[in-house]
Amino acid sequence: MLGAGGGTSSYEEIETTDLIVLWGSNARATHPIFFHHILKGVRNGARIYCVDPRRSESARWADLWLGIDVGSDIALANAMAKVIIDEGLENRAFIDHATTGFDDFAAAVEPYTLERAAEITGVPGAAIREMAIAYATAATAQLCWTLGITEHHNATDNVLSLINLALLTGHVGRYGSGLVPVRGQNNVQGGGDMGALPNKLPGFQDVENPEHRAKFEAAWQHRIPPTRGWHLTQMFEAMEAGTLRGLYVIGENPAQSEADAGKTRRTLQELDFMVVQDIFLTKTAEMADVVFPAAADWAESEGTVTSSERRVQRVRAALTPPGEAKRDLEILALMARAMGVDLGMPSAEEVWDELRSLSPLHAGMRYDRLEALDGIQWPCPDESHPGEKFLHGRLWSDDVGPPAPFTPVEWAPPVDRLSEEFPIRLTTGRHLDSYNTGVQSNGYRSPMRTGGVLQLCHEDAETHGIEDGVVVRVSSRRGSIEVPALIDDGLRPGLMFMTLHFPDEADVNRLTIEAWDPKSGTAEFKATAIRVEVVS
Amino acid sequence: MDLKLMEAAPTAHEAALIQTLAPPAEVDEGRTVRGGRIARSMRHLLLPLLDAVQSEIGWVSQGALNEIARRLAVPPAEVYSVASFYALISTEERPARVAHICDDIACRTAGGSGLFAALADRDDVVESPCLGQCDRRPAVHVQRAGEPDLTITGAGLEQVVAALDDGWEPDADPGDASPQSSGRRVLAGVGRVDPTSLDSYRAEGGYRGLARAVEIGPQGVIEALETSGLKGRGGAAFPTGVKWRAVHDAVSDQKYVICNADESEPGTFKDRVLMEGDPFAIVEALTIAGYSVGATRGFIYLRGEYPRAARLIHDAIRQARAAGLLGPNVMEAGFEFEIELRRGQGAYICGEETALMNSIEGYRGEPRQKPPFPTEAGLFGRPTVINNVETLVNLFDVLEDPHAFAARGTPGSTGTRLFCVSGDVGTPGVYEAELGTTLGEVIEMAGGPTGEIRTVLLGGAAGSFVGPDMLALPLTFEHTRDAGLSLGSGVVMVFDEDRDMADVVRRIARFFRDESCGQCVPCRVGTQRVEEAVARGASGEAALIGELDRAMRDASICGLGHTAASAVQSAIRLGLV
Repeated sequence: MLGAGGGTSSYEEIETTDLIVLWGSNARATHPIFFHHILKGVRNGARIYCVDPRRSESARWADLWLGIDVGSDIALANAMAKVIIDEGLENRAFIDHATTGFDDFAAAVEPYTLERAAEITGVPGAAIREMAIAYATAATAQLCWTLGITEHHNATDNVLSLINLALLTGHVGRYGSGLVPVRGQNNVQGGGDMGALPNKLPGFQDVENPEHRAKFEAAWQHRIPPTRGWHLTQMFEAMEAGTLRGLYVIGENPAQSEADAGKTRRTLQELDFMVVQDIFLTKTAEMADVVFPAAADWAESEGTVTSSERRVQRVRAALTPPGEAKRDLEILALMARAMGVDLGMPSAEEVWDELRSLSPLHAGMRYDRLEALDGIQWPCPDESHPGEKFLHGRLWSDDVGPPAPFTPVEWAPPVDRLSEEFPIRLTTGRHLDSYNTGVQSNGYRSPMRTGGVLQLCHEDAETHGIEDGVVVRVSSRRGSIEVPALIDDGLRPGLMFMTLHFPDEADVNRLTIEAWDPKSGTAEFKATAIRVEVVS
Repeated sequence: MDLKLMEAAPTAHEAALIQTLAPPAEVDEGRTVRGGRIARSMRHLLLPLLDAVQSEIGWVSQGALNEIARRLAVPPAEVYSVASFYALISTEERPARVAHICDDIACRTAGGSGLFAALADRDDVVESPCLGQCDRRPAVHVQRAGEPDLTITGAGLEQVVAALDDGWEPDADPGDASPQSSGRRVLAGVGRVDPTSLDSYRAEGGYRGLARAVEIGPQGVIEALETSGLKGRGGAAFPTGVKWRAVHDAVSDQKYVICNADESEPGTFKDRVLMEGDPFAIVEALTIAGYSVGATRGFIYLRGEYPRAARLIHDAIRQARAAGLLGPNVMEAGFEFEIELRRGQGAYICGEETALMNSIEGYRGEPRQKPPFPTEAGLFGRPTVINNVETLVNLFDVLEDPHAFAARGTPGSTGTRLFCVSGDVGTPGVYEAELGTTLGEVIEMAGGPTGEIRTVLLGGAAGSFVGPDMLALPLTFEHTRDAGLSLGSGVVMVFDEDRDMADVVRRIARFFRDESCGQCVPCRVGTQRVEEAVARGASGEAALIGELDRAMRDASICGLGHTAASAVQSAIRLGLV
């Protein structure tokens, strides 16, 4: 890995790059604002390669779409690496200057011939070769991915296989080239930056590093547990094991957003105590012992958000929160007071200034500077620093610092194997006009909304005698649901699709598998084995 | 693209037409699909596809629009917005033959209005703005599904009815339209060359110009242009040498040259005379332009209402290609050049150079903001030379002897100029005269006025009316400019004392209201308000019209808005209305 978690590039670079690889990302539908930057890039002449099992809305913009089998990404990436090495297109100067482990990596990808990759991915070797050469020979290239890469049992390995490609070709750490994990919310990046990760303090400082911990303990006048906490999937395991008995949920709806929802709900019901703090009475909130009605972070609260390009931006309160709703910061301060610690009632700016004193990435981001510069991209170490458009420029400088390691990774198939009983691959995703479990979006009407449906290609519809709109029973090894069918020619025989937007009518997570990546904690939402029958 | 298509399907005929012109936008091989830029790069075929369906079927159905959208990867709403932009494209079903009867300022006083009035209750007859046949009025353009379009000149009621109902066609082409007997330079080939024969053109000295250009090289051509002082004949009078040098010097992977043959200024027909009489000259001149600025692609954008010129130019290109005068190695001189003929579909605004480029690219023919100028970012965003037909044909005179060219006319207005003399004169037609010839002399060339001159419209509908006191005005760029006038496209339309000028001025106001593309609010609303004010009586509304004129000049981005009230204003000043 390259260190701090964040996209290495600016949106501006997406607009001026020569090649955009969208890998496991349907940004057209799921990141429409980000996709506008891509469209500007396209207008400026960028080529798009899209890797996605579905011929998604984004894939329809691509110069070449590669419809790989679900979960075969590493085989594709490794085969690309082998092509690049075999053709002598690797960036030898960059590899020598800034990386380690190339020889082991080259040996590891050696078995990934085009023939083998074609067999695993289902995509012709010629297309794989073309994409590899295009990526390696582009003057600048952006490798963008989202949940198609990370919602797998081997998510981290998937990401590493992409990072390997960037290291191999030198497409990182310089203007126009980079690695871009596009974030799912306006402030997912900010959440991680602020330490909402089990092993990190604000500014990606390690909780298990005594020096880092000491700095925060001195500032907070309080001891910090010296070991990392649990990520979400581990929390659920702890709940199941009975070692975690109480839960404080802020702005999440796990009762509907987690894999294997039936089990999730049973687990939550067995808790001793649950507090939910949300702007809506979600399904999770309905199960809570106490609900704190929260103000919206948009338009009702002061503070900052951080976009996928690491840009910290101000948000401002324009409205007074309705009814008894309180701003998150106020709720937290009141909670602290009730628990015997008086934090006072700090303003958002006061909290931010404390953060700046503790996180070197953010040190220079005074509120007035954020306003004057239309936001600042971290790192911004001091108050004269303009922020960084891209990360890891050091890899190209004389003062290269710690080299970036190649990390060989092996392909492994999805956990939920296809079988005679469950012969069809179901993958999940999102539609343009809905958002996650629909808490925030299903209250609004949309002419494009499909409702909870099973999307399948017309060939499969014929094979199974399914007509558009007919209710089908979809079953996996964990459960079954009944939903109407929708013909979608972005799919192909053996591949079907559902969204997670309509858990009340189509609870897709009753079907998905709980297998999760031990390193990142994300579940394998993207690969479920199912069978389909018409409900008579 | 992730298009949201409609459900309407094309007929088999429509689908076949579309498929012939536009190969599949995407290559689907199951687990890979190749598309993207390749698919989107087809958009420039949008207008040719609409033209093909319109010409063959007689209208463009929703199914055809949908299929075109799918083929070209263009959203259906945009396909519709382009289709509905052009007067000759119908998105509603209508009869297979439709007559566009010119009731514009030249034709309306010579039977055009009466012709339309007599046929107005038919569903296959519409009024048309100027059809560029002012010397043989009244004119009718007949769109015919599945057959070539037809031009009827000197049209009578029976002929129009027969053309619509029975497929009647005039016996012969009307022939050479310049009655001038001597002093022809730009017009030299017209009437002398057989416009259907490359051999005839070469026998009369054709392609000596290109040979000369290759001999002196691109720099030599551009220097000759600079020496000659040639200025653009389309209306803006920009020095041609400056334009060519800018594109020659620009660094780009691709450059373009365009011949602007979208002659639509009411009262203008000079380019038609050149194209119908000497089509190879235009092909050769554009080839010289491409050679000189380093462009391998040329376009001739021809107005849709000139079917005869279209046929001749199309054939000229074909013959030139067959003779190796176009193609990968032109005249074996080691350079590549190809020409594509594009037909406009009835939109005056497309004569504006950037609107014309948008039209070729498959967008609505709306002018672009300048800068950047076409020399920098023109067609498909590349450096582009765009010249009017007459300007290009001047090239031969320039190459023959640039100093002699510069010696003709005045120092500020070198060479000769084609004047489109029409209205109440003895022999309407195109006349070539040295720049500096007076207005009165030009009218005399055309046989003089047939009555007492009340006013002359100079420069076209975007020009100005002048009184008989201006007959001594030397016709040069500088003299007209100093008098607050413009030569425009060379229109000299004479009105005698009997003419109903209020009616003429009202027609001009209506013309601009119809033809405003609607992009700039001051022009979209202003042309409407001017027409209303003129209808109420222009003289009583002079203050309002003056204000609207100022607003359109200040805040419209192209010449249409800048000049939309010019003729009306001059009519008020002269007391014509």
